[in-house]
Amino acid sequence: MVPILEVQDLHVSYNSSGGAPYSALAGVSFQLMPKEILGVLGESGSGKSTLATSLLRLLPSNGNISSGTAFFEGKDLLQASVGELEQIRGKRISLVYQEPSVALHPTIRAGRQVLHVLAAHESERKSTLVRKRRQVLSSLFPEDVDRISNSYPHQLSGGQRQRVLIAQAIACGPSLLIADEPTSSLDPATQMEILDVFRTLRDELGLAMIFITHNPALLAGFADRVLVLYGGRIAELGPAGTILSLPRHPYAKALFQSMPAISGDKTNNGKKLPVITGDSSSAPLPRQGCVFEPRCPERMEDCRKREPAAVNLSESHTVFCFKYGG
Amino acid sequence: MATNMEPILRVEKLVKKYQRKNSAGSSEELVALGGVSFAVAQGTTLAVVGESGSGKSTLGFCISCLENPTTGSIWFEGRDIAVLTENERRHIRPQIQLIFQDPSNSLNPRWRVQEILLEPLILQGKLTREEMKPRAVALLAQVGLSSDMLQRSPAKLSGGQRQRLAIARALALEPKLLILDEALSALDCSIQAQIANLLMELQRKLGMTYLFITHDLAMAAHLADEIAVMYRGRIMEQGPTRKVLRCPTEEITKNLLAAMPSLDRAARPPLD
Repeated sequence: MVPILEVQDLHVSYNSSGGAPYSALAGVSFQLMPKEILGVLGESGSGKSTLATSLLRLLPSNGNISSGTAFFEGKDLLQASVGELEQIRGKRISLVYQEPSVALHPTIRAGRQVLHVLAAHESERKSTLVRKRRQVLSSLFPEDVDRISNSYPHQLSGGQRQRVLIAQAIACGPSLLIADEPTSSLDPATQMEILDVFRTLRDELGLAMIFITHNPALLAGFADRVLVLYGGRIAELGPAGTILSLPRHPYAKALFQSMPAISGDKTNNGKKLPVITGDSSSAPLPRQGCVFEPRCPERMEDCRKREPAAVNLSESHTVFCFKYGG
Repeated sequence: MATNMEPILRVEKLVKKYQRKNSAGSSEELVALGGVSFAVAQGTTLAVVGESGSGKSTLGFCISCLENPTTGSIWFEGRDIAVLTENERRHIRPQIQLIFQDPSNSLNPRWRVQEILLEPLILQGKLTREEMKPRAVALLAQVGLSSDMLQRSPAKLSGGQRQRLAIARALALEPKLLILDEALSALDCSIQAQIANLLMELQRKLGMTYLFITHDLAMAAHLADEIAVMYRGRIMEQGPTRKVLRCPTEEITKNLLAAMPSLDRAARPPLD
């Protein structure tokens, strides 16, 4: 099978007013197969949102793609012209944002906002577009298309707003959906509901998906593969089942252990949660060696000297850590 | 002894109704709290869980005197704070502090850390000029932040540091009750664990009582002695955390548990 997206050695940095540019992504490579859900897991400052915005070339003005390629349907997104990008964004690749209450226009009815997306990409008659909109909205709101379509965003619940955003994203039939923390402002039941929507879209429309999150629990039973990002570098990449149950990279291990288990309770357990010491977003990353070294519970001599290289644990499972060779 | 003690907080038949306009333009009544009753013993944690719109936050607002309940009583240290005048409430407010979900919205972006920390103390007139800096340093130390942050603005802090700062500010007035409204939800998992540990340590040291409002059942299970499950403005089930989560009797609790995303417990990496 031919991958739908192939990212090679992507480097992105941000210029800061005083001092050296900040490296947000360094040497990120991965492939995405058609109909595959890739979960990108990372904390703030890991570069996970930069990954989404750089693929669509929506970086803020101080962001720079310094090297790399990202082939999508035979075209390098990183070299594409503005005209080409306009044909791709929202039509072949769609982005679903975190905060549906901010991403939607507050004074335009939901249905119109979906129509705007269709009108931007398709030169058909309005009546055709309206029919298409109805089809899209009814796949997400089988019961009350008309009410939702006529509502302003503030009249909708968080879950409904997120569905409207998804309707916009799939309206033009893209083959790749990039979702950046699409459920983190929702409560758990609604989160699960939206994950189900994504799963159905994958099964019925054959969409491939990059699902960006800071919560590993959301990926369990949802993603096919998981890419763990830390400090702009890939820490681990492999099948979701393997990584979520038996992570190899010390960061992934420590992260999963720091999450409380549902059956724990204070009287019995009252213990501290095992934590990863420090805070990646406040301390500068080390300039030399492995980026996780200062917080790593399993650091070794080599870790400060150079960056670990990819170690293939199996055909589909890669880890960047000296423990496994590097 | 603990069993005979009067609870620090006892809420009785608390009702809060809002008037709102519906889409047709006529006014309708929204019952945010429909008769809520519970008690919390001093030095313990009650987690209030429920889906969005179940009334958890309204409950926190009423107890912290930010909203006036429609009817019902809120007994705090033996006084009904639901019926106090605004003037009397000024003396109660310092003892009940509220921490919000998103510290980047609850800290003044134009102020420096020191001003943010000391504002409550200055408003209460509890501080001389000379006492200011040492007090700010002590407050920061209590939440594990160093004194070189005093002159920074909140934008220069990470999410975890900002939430620590929000906790330090809440602690400034030495409250007896801390209401944590989704106080961990906006943080990264590894930072959530750090703040959860900090909260437990502070509770042990200072004997504070927590009302922990959340939709994260796993964190509620970890932090709380008791748990109350809310649905549409009512408490559907309440009891010791372990009992409620292991043998839930109400459908809504079972649903919340089923909807909880979690790494399969059996599949967790063993702690070595």
